[in-house]
Amino acid sequence: MINNTKKIKNQLAKRYAKEKRFKVYGLSAIAVSIAFLLSLLINISTTGFPAFQQTYINIEVDIDSKLLNLNDKYSEKALFRANYRKVINQSLKTLFPGVKGRKQKKALRQLVSKGARYQLRDFVMNNPSVIGTKQSLWFLARDDVDVFMKGGIDRSLPESDRRLKNFQLAWIDQLLAENSLEKRFNVNFFTQGDSREPEQAGIKGAMIGSLLTMLVTMLLSFPIGVSAAIYLEEFAPKNNRWVDIIEININNLAAVPSIVFGLLGLAVFIGFFGVPRSIPLIGGLVLTLMTLPTIIISSRAALKAVPPSIREAALGLGASRVQTTFHHVVPAAMPGILTGTIIGMAQALGETAPLLMIGMVAFIADVPQGVTDPSTVLPVQIYLWSDSPERAFTERTSAAIMVLLGFLTVMNLLAVIMRRKFEKKR
Amino acid sequence: MINIKKREELDIKIDKTVGKPFINDAKFSTRNVDVFYGEKQAIFDANIDIGKNQIIAMIGPSGCGKSTFLRCLNRMNDTIQDCHISGDIKLDDEDIYQRQQDPVLLRARVGMVFQKPNPFPKSIYDNVAYGAKLHGLAGSKIELDELVEKSLTRAGLFKEVKDSLHKPGTGLSGGQQQRLCIARTIAIDPEVILMDEPTSALDPIATAVIEELMISLSKKYTIAIVTHSMQQAARVSQRTAYFHLGYLVEVNDTNTVFTNPEHQLTENYITGRFG
Ligand SMILES: Nc1ncnc2c1ncn2[C@@H]1O[C@H](COP(=O)(O)OP(=O)(O)OP(=O)(O)O)[C@@H](O)[C@H]1O
Ligand SMILES: [Mg+2]
Repeated sequence: MINNTKKIKNQLAKRYAKEKRFKVYGLSAIAVSIAFLLSLLINISTTGFPAFQQTYINIEVDIDSKLLNLNDKYSEKALFRANYRKVINQSLKTLFPGVKGRKQKKALRQLVSKGARYQLRDFVMNNPSVIGTKQSLWFLARDDVDVFMKGGIDRSLPESDRRLKNFQLAWIDQLLAENSLEKRFNVNFFTQGDSREPEQAGIKGAMIGSLLTMLVTMLLSFPIGVSAAIYLEEFAPKNNRWVDIIEININNLAAVPSIVFGLLGLAVFIGFFGVPRSIPLIGGLVLTLMTLPTIIISSRAALKAVPPSIREAALGLGASRVQTTFHHVVPAAMPGILTGTIIGMAQALGETAPLLMIGMVAFIADVPQGVTDPSTVLPVQIYLWSDSPERAFTERTSAAIMVLLGFLTVMNLLAVIMRRKFEKKR
Repeated sequence: MINIKKREELDIKIDKTVGKPFINDAKFSTRNVDVFYGEKQAIFDANIDIGKNQIIAMIGPSGCGKSTFLRCLNRMNDTIQDCHISGDIKLDDEDIYQRQQDPVLLRARVGMVFQKPNPFPKSIYDNVAYGAKLHGLAGSKIELDELVEKSLTRAGLFKEVKDSLHKPGTGLSGGQQQRLCIARTIAIDPEVILMDEPTSALDPIATAVIEELMISLSKKYTIAIVTHSMQQAARVSQRTAYFHLGYLVEVNDTNTVFTNPEHQLTENYITGRFG
């Protein structure tokens, strides 16, 4: 007895040392991953935050019906077709009367965004009474001006290395002095679709596209995946060759590169069934194929973890197998099933490759209205923007990543809330 | 039939069940029942009648197949992957393993309290009400409330849980869970109740409550109980069956088994020389 105590005591120091070492390993692993995560987040948000602001220019426009090329009749059609560009260009000329030469004139026109004319058009069409008056309006500035306002263009560089020349800087300085240049919250980013002009490009199209695609994926993969898992785990004959083959194939499918699912979707849905390409419906179908193995495997694991004594208790009371499964086993496994589903959905939300295959990478400026409208999704939008040369797209790329991360966070939060609900019910 | 090496290196033969395994008025009767777990045989040729409105106690050393045998009686072993059963088991003269027999109906008639307490991860109320809801036994919410209260009271649990009926059943102590499982079983009013060590986690007072319950139930119902307490077997049961390494060694009136055992193995066990 005393001998044993001594033996145990001798070992104890070693055991504690081992424990301490393991703790240190664990903590350093966590520290490293947090450091990576933080550097990623900081990098993305410092690049991305400027995109949530946008530079606007205040210009006094003379909404003259002659300049607009309007007759006296202000029909809707006529108003829609009127020459708003001329009005804006004229106003810019009055603002900077000394401008000469083709190059400078062109540069002057390019102070404001191409979208300014549509902004003016909408304004006039909404209140036709402004025709013939002078209005002071805020227009979207061109991306170069915006980049300068956000500190992206260095004045001290030689003129030839700058996107903005000296005369342009002089205009900006004048506008600044007159308080006619201002950074505001970038509403457009959240309310517009994609555009070739970075200052007009918004993420709404991709956001709605992602939402619709996820909706299709969720509606298909959750019921199919969970039903398959329940059947395989609770009802399928055990030690049956067919069941084994199915199981092996599901596990294999989980390891198939996602682009293959894109090719499959292209061949089967578009090629064979003739579903139009680029639409959320087909994106959802392809992502369903991709997420099904994940959902099935994790749901099966969750069902397997339900203690058999619960099944026995229900069966022993005279519940049928279906009742046992749906009254007791599935609710007990629900938190695990939801976790698996969310992991699958998060994967699908961030997936790009298979969607490229089915044409969701096309440039689409319209916000999709339904699952059959052409659209793109957030990760593809990120891919598209990161590929664009304009400097203003860089910050939009990061901002889009932030929106995507926001989506993921919301999804995970929902999962946590739902898990809590299911766990509380017990 | 087979020689079994005993601790004392004694060779004792188990030919066939001694005593009085068969009676008139049987609720259950089993003939030539063999049970296998995969390759391994757990019950060898069990022949026994279980009397109507009686309590039969099953005793024997750990691992001798008492639970296995009990679980055959409501086809609970069907749920175990590679468990095979051969022989005849009749309930009211009807083979419960025949194809027409619906195991769901059988288990509503033959209730079971398991060896390990297994309350549902739901509220205490729902645990007790579940079976009644399943079989449509209560017409209204009030009836159901009454049934739940009555069942919990009979299992001697109501006083302790009456303020926490909607707390999870899994939050109770081991002994409370066991009584909850008993309440859950008697709530559906089965004809036969199989109890696998129902009082193994209970203190003497709660044990007495359950024993009283069993005795009062046995006026209307048939009860088979597995127990490791020979005093309990003696207190509640009319007949006793002794199992040994998968063999049904001896069945007789409880009095006879404890005062005048026929088989050497039975005697060794009840006198404490084995097991
Ligand atoms: N699910 C199972 N799979 C395989 N073998 C089993 C299974 N359940 C029981 N056995 C085996 O069957 C034999 C009888 O087990 P059983 O549980 O019936 O014993 P018991 O008499 O109830 O014992 P205890 O008094 O300890 O509860 C044991 O040898 C055991 O190992
Ligand atoms: Mg047992």
